[in-house]
Amino acid sequence: MEATFNRRHLLGIRELEAGEIVHLLDTAESFREVSRRDIKKVPALRGRTVINLFFESSTRTRTSFEIAAKRLSADAINISVSTSSVTKGETLLDTARNLEAMAPDCIVIRHSSAGAPQHLARMTNAPIINAGDGSHEHPTQALLDALTIREHKERIEGLKVAIVGDILHSRVARSNIYLLTKLGAHVSVGGPGTLVPDEFAELVESGLHIEKHFEDAIEGADVVMILRIQRERQDAAFFPSMREYAVHYGLQPRHLERAAPDAIVMHPGPMNRGVEISSEIADGSRSLILDQVTNGVAVRMAVLYLLAGGSHAEHEE
Amino acid sequence: MKLLIANGYVIDPAQNLNTGGRSLLIENGRIAGLLERGEPVPEHTHVIDATGLIVAPGFIDMHTHLREPGQEYKETIATGASAAVAGGWTSICAMPNTDPVNDNPAVTRFIIDQGKAAQLANVFPIGAVTKSSQGKELAEMGEMKNAGIVAVSDDGRSVPSSSMMRRAMEYARGFDLTIVDHCQDQSLSAGGVMHEGRWSLILGLRGMPAAAEDVDVVRDCVLAKLTKAKVHIAHVSTRGALEAVRRAKHDGLHITCEVTPHHWTLTDEAVSEYDTNTKMSPPLRSREHVDAVLEAMKDGTIDAIATDHAPHHLDEKALEFDQAPFGITGLETAVGLAFDLVHAGLIDLERVVQMCSTNPARIFGLTDRGSLRQNAHADVTLLDPNLEWVFDVSRSKSKSRNTPFHNRAMHGAAVATIVGGRLVYLHPDYTRINQPKQKVQISSFSLRA
Repeated sequence: MEATFNRRHLLGIRELEAGEIVHLLDTAESFREVSRRDIKKVPALRGRTVINLFFESSTRTRTSFEIAAKRLSADAINISVSTSSVTKGETLLDTARNLEAMAPDCIVIRHSSAGAPQHLARMTNAPIINAGDGSHEHPTQALLDALTIREHKERIEGLKVAIVGDILHSRVARSNIYLLTKLGAHVSVGGPGTLVPDEFAELVESGLHIEKHFEDAIEGADVVMILRIQRERQDAAFFPSMREYAVHYGLQPRHLERAAPDAIVMHPGPMNRGVEISSEIADGSRSLILDQVTNGVAVRMAVLYLLAGGSHAEHEE
Repeated sequence: MKLLIANGYVIDPAQNLNTGGRSLLIENGRIAGLLERGEPVPEHTHVIDATGLIVAPGFIDMHTHLREPGQEYKETIATGASAAVAGGWTSICAMPNTDPVNDNPAVTRFIIDQGKAAQLANVFPIGAVTKSSQGKELAEMGEMKNAGIVAVSDDGRSVPSSSMMRRAMEYARGFDLTIVDHCQDQSLSAGGVMHEGRWSLILGLRGMPAAAEDVDVVRDCVLAKLTKAKVHIAHVSTRGALEAVRRAKHDGLHITCEVTPHHWTLTDEAVSEYDTNTKMSPPLRSREHVDAVLEAMKDGTIDAIATDHAPHHLDEKALEFDQAPFGITGLETAVGLAFDLVHAGLIDLERVVQMCSTNPARIFGLTDRGSLRQNAHADVTLLDPNLEWVFDVSRSKSKSRNTPFHNRAMHGAAVATIVGGRLVYLHPDYTRINQPKQKVQISSFSLRA
């Protein structure tokens, strides 16, 4: 079966087939080389317009999408909108319709409300890329994580991946759980009971283990993904203090001793150093945190290329 | 003026009546009696030919949000009443969460007057339990009762303080008022926008656990035992809540409950596309709970079907899922969805009539309603169990369009609605049953196969 990606939008990983994911990763791999050139630009999206519509603060993801678009020669426009006073301002729908009236070839959206990209996809015509919606999904993050794992482990199938920390509020965890289990990895999740609900086991049909004890999730792991404590999504106390969290759930060198000897460590950023991750680990030899960022550009180039008018879209029109 | 509803199949659980070939005679807005087969049609009588139709005591919706006063852009009492009669409801009980809240006799009288002016369904206001439904001080239940309320409720929220709820129960007893409680422990459900479970995790939406409803229903049952008050649990939706109600009834407490059509028709999976017309409180539950609701409809634990008709403007529902308001419309879809259960063989039509008319009248103490016995108010709902139709929200009589049931195929409908002896709604395809000067023989009746 020829692997392709023929979707109009990238809203999440959950609905994707394994073949589509592999195709996205392969495409990203081919774009990685562009960023290593002296002149980091290809004409793939010349004359196309990409709008980055960010309703939630972001440095890494927004910059990454902007660089990706520019390296493909697209015109990238960044719009940051505050959602602090939803009722006072223009609705999401009106904002999107106004932008659409300017004929963009793609809208990249980040929003604090889960489902906002679906909402846009239903109501507008432009291809929509989800750059993170509430606690729902962050598909390009999962893709760049997978690309990083593949780069260092040469496979995903059969690997043991531990995802630890605030699972409940994490869109990164959800997208990664879908992607990694679809590609045949075994995923264990761990963290405080308040942030790791048992019902997560029902998220996918197989390949996911919920561990009651944090250390058990890391046992024998080939990959350890640490999630950020999302203070902005917690309006109630899910654990007693940052101090206690750091002691019991912050990743320390002693935890890594239980992982596989060549285990790699990843974090989607931005890090709370000394809380969920110690600096020794973040800056240590096993940390691939900056590789993730590099791969983020390649993944976003691939996604933009496939959705905003790369090869197949041209035939479509 | 006399009106004869001829040759229908009469179902009136209050009289244990379930029979064809009778004709219902109405005089001066009251039921004059049932004519036997072969009896002559009295002179000067307008006849509605109900051949092939079910004749039931008028349906009473115990739970309607009419939005007037204060939010007339969503619904007015007149538009709500118009949607009600189009859905077969002859009476609607207006929840007090208007602006201002119906917590005093002036608002109560206003609602009654607007209802009368609309000349469609009977509008019975429900008063607030506490002032502004804030849960702090008791509202003027006695004064509102004198003005015409039929029950009290702080619907939209529960009464958070158990001691306040206890006082309210003790106080309401003195006026023979039933307390209707929207059971939801707010500390457990805070911030939630859908049922907590597999789907809320998948969608990344904050969940409201079933436990939030369970805890509050159990509390109300305990307090009802303490106070001997009459408590009606609004829109039950969880297995745990139904178990608590079942036990309370077994123990002889004055506990009753209602269910909405959406809670037996849809599960939380319906939220999967983030359609804000699947957002309501209590939320659509998982299969396990929906099955419990169906069981409880069958075994009699559930007393009533209520719509929880909650109109919201299109603009409000066009927001992101977590920003949109809770609630859907329901007056025009409830009867069709109830017929689903009849055709599936889950409950019989008599049970539907009991839950839509007999029991609501009894629970709220609506004198001379909920039955077709002689001298009762002539509120009658005519049903065609065989009508196949598709609900088209663009033709809704409500001002609002927030329903998950647009384009849903239905089997069975209310086709004519009579309030106080006046035909206030006739389905456009049934004008033939209301021809003036028609000659009708009172004949035997047979249900179409």
